[in-house]
Amino acid sequence: MKEAIINHAQSAKQFNTDEARVNWHDETLWMVRSKRDKAAKSVEEWETLRSLASSVKEHTLSNLNEYLIEFEKQANKNGVKVYWAADAKEHNEIVLKIINEEKISKVVKSKSMLTEECHLNKYLEQNGIEVVDTDLGERIVQFRKEIPSHIVLPAIHLKKSDVSETFNQYLGTEKNNTDPQYLTSAARVHLREKFLSSEVAITGVNFAIAETGAVVVCTNEGNADMGVHAARVHIASMGIEKIIPKANHLGIFLRLLARSATGQPITTYSSHYHRAREGASMHIVIVDNGRSRQLANENFRNSLKCIRCGACFNTCPVYRRSSGHSYHNAIAGPIGSVLAPNMDKQKNYDLPFASTLCGSCTNVCPVKINLHEQLWKWRQLLTEEGYVSVGKKMMMKIMAFVLSYPLLYQIAGKSARFALTYFPFMLKIKKINPWYVNREMPQAPKQSFTSWYIQHKK
Amino acid sequence: MNSRQKILDNIEKNKPAFVSLPDTKNLFATGNENVVKKFSEVLESISSTVKKVNGWQDIPDEISGLKNNGNYVLNAVEEINNDREIIINKTKDELEKSDYVFIKGEIAVAENGAVWVTEKNAANRLLPFICRHLCLIIDSKNIVHNMHDAYEKIKIDETGFGVFISGPSKTADIEQSLVIGAHGALDLTVYIIQ
Repeated sequence: MKEAIINHAQSAKQFNTDEARVNWHDETLWMVRSKRDKAAKSVEEWETLRSLASSVKEHTLSNLNEYLIEFEKQANKNGVKVYWAADAKEHNEIVLKIINEEKISKVVKSKSMLTEECHLNKYLEQNGIEVVDTDLGERIVQFRKEIPSHIVLPAIHLKKSDVSETFNQYLGTEKNNTDPQYLTSAARVHLREKFLSSEVAITGVNFAIAETGAVVVCTNEGNADMGVHAARVHIASMGIEKIIPKANHLGIFLRLLARSATGQPITTYSSHYHRAREGASMHIVIVDNGRSRQLANENFRNSLKCIRCGACFNTCPVYRRSSGHSYHNAIAGPIGSVLAPNMDKQKNYDLPFASTLCGSCTNVCPVKINLHEQLWKWRQLLTEEGYVSVGKKMMMKIMAFVLSYPLLYQIAGKSARFALTYFPFMLKIKKINPWYVNREMPQAPKQSFTSWYIQHKK
Repeated sequence: MNSRQKILDNIEKNKPAFVSLPDTKNLFATGNENVVKKFSEVLESISSTVKKVNGWQDIPDEISGLKNNGNYVLNAVEEINNDREIIINKTKDELEKSDYVFIKGEIAVAENGAVWVTEKNAANRLLPFICRHLCLIIDSKNIVHNMHDAYEKIKIDETGFGVFISGPSKTADIEQSLVIGAHGALDLTVYIIQ
């Protein structure tokens, strides 16, 4: 089977060559996770909220087509044009068509992981449209021609010295001035000009309300609203799974979202868009792009409950030490690793293995997605279907064989203890024993557990 | 077959067996927590200023004070003499010059410091975002405990646009250092009418 171009393990190894940076990345994300814990614990009914959110999403997925139809009907009533895109290509074509019909060449865009997934920027640029990402983190990575490394903290892989260098190059800020306040002010001035001169604003969607036809967008920076209200045309792109049935369900989800994401009680702005203002127009593009296929699979359909808070990223020991770009997918982290193989097994078969299966992701998920179980399920499926490298597959087979025969297991244990005691240097040859690459070998115990147990059994 | 039909058919075919909707009416009703106190505490914890006033009549004095200091102030509050006519007709470049903006909030939420502001309150949708300093005014009678209570009270589609605003705009996108003042207002003052 052909290897992925650069798989997760290889990229992670690259990221790990700068130890100070890895440690910073690890500790910073853990700090965000700790803030989430504090926020969650301050809400007495937190666990009930998680269960409710999960049940509302479960119900919605079981009636999704009806809710999408209701949403479309309400949005139409509100004077909003609704479009349906089966895949990324169709989504991008619809967006370009709307922009071209308005004869506009400059677009501002606020955070939308869906448009990242569809590679919209590249497509629009190829068609002569200037696209400016307006979320600060996204603008930074856009200047650097990178993709976001985290769905909530797009530039978390960068240090302020990197941002300073980038802004010096593109915005003419003082060389080596790394003060975040100074750099943010420079971005504010730069983007104000973009907001005021763009007539099309593209946004993502956090929640779409079937009952009223609204799209709800949450930001801290205010960039979605600056873009939308300054423009003549608002295009909102949403995946089919963004639907929730009623307005009052927002109470549940908005209480969970920001607390799970950054530990804030709510984002600064939770904007509810129903109708365009006079003289403006509003368009909603509903995108499938593999989601209805994921819905068919009972092992993985739960992943469609995701509200993109990023809590599973922040808690994941593998994400924290390998960084988002190692996942070679628009959405990284545990949830990305569950979603990506559905899109392209060949390209993403390595991702479900980028996990220790510790289950921390499942424990923090505000909508109770069984992430670690899904990762484990993907491993089995991808191995069965022959996507996993021959070496790994052989090792698994040998392990399974040894573990199913007690006598063999005893012999294997004995040999390992013998080798660890008498030939430890052999096990420290990294080529023979890759496990040793980033770890120390343990001391060999004097006897096996079985013999210890027999001795002590009274 | 068009994409709409294709997507809907796929969902119909692939969706799990029907699961009923949990009851989400009257969630987490709370007793007699002091919502004004809680609301003020949360606001202060998210870099906002709280000022308590006795009534709408105190707001014009605040505005005059700011104007006397050379600030360009736009006032959208219907309860007092206001600039709504001017605000409605301003271009975005003109609005960008505003220093202070006064807007009435419909409902406020104690648990997270959020204030519900509608298009009608703001007179112009861009106003709460484009100004440098945002001043929201909320009647203490309209402060509720949590988001569930808030959604029971508001009708989200009453106007074309509505927003919960909680604190000034902010970002931590550079090394997770919190910077107050991103693209929206640089700071927020909430006047609570007692």
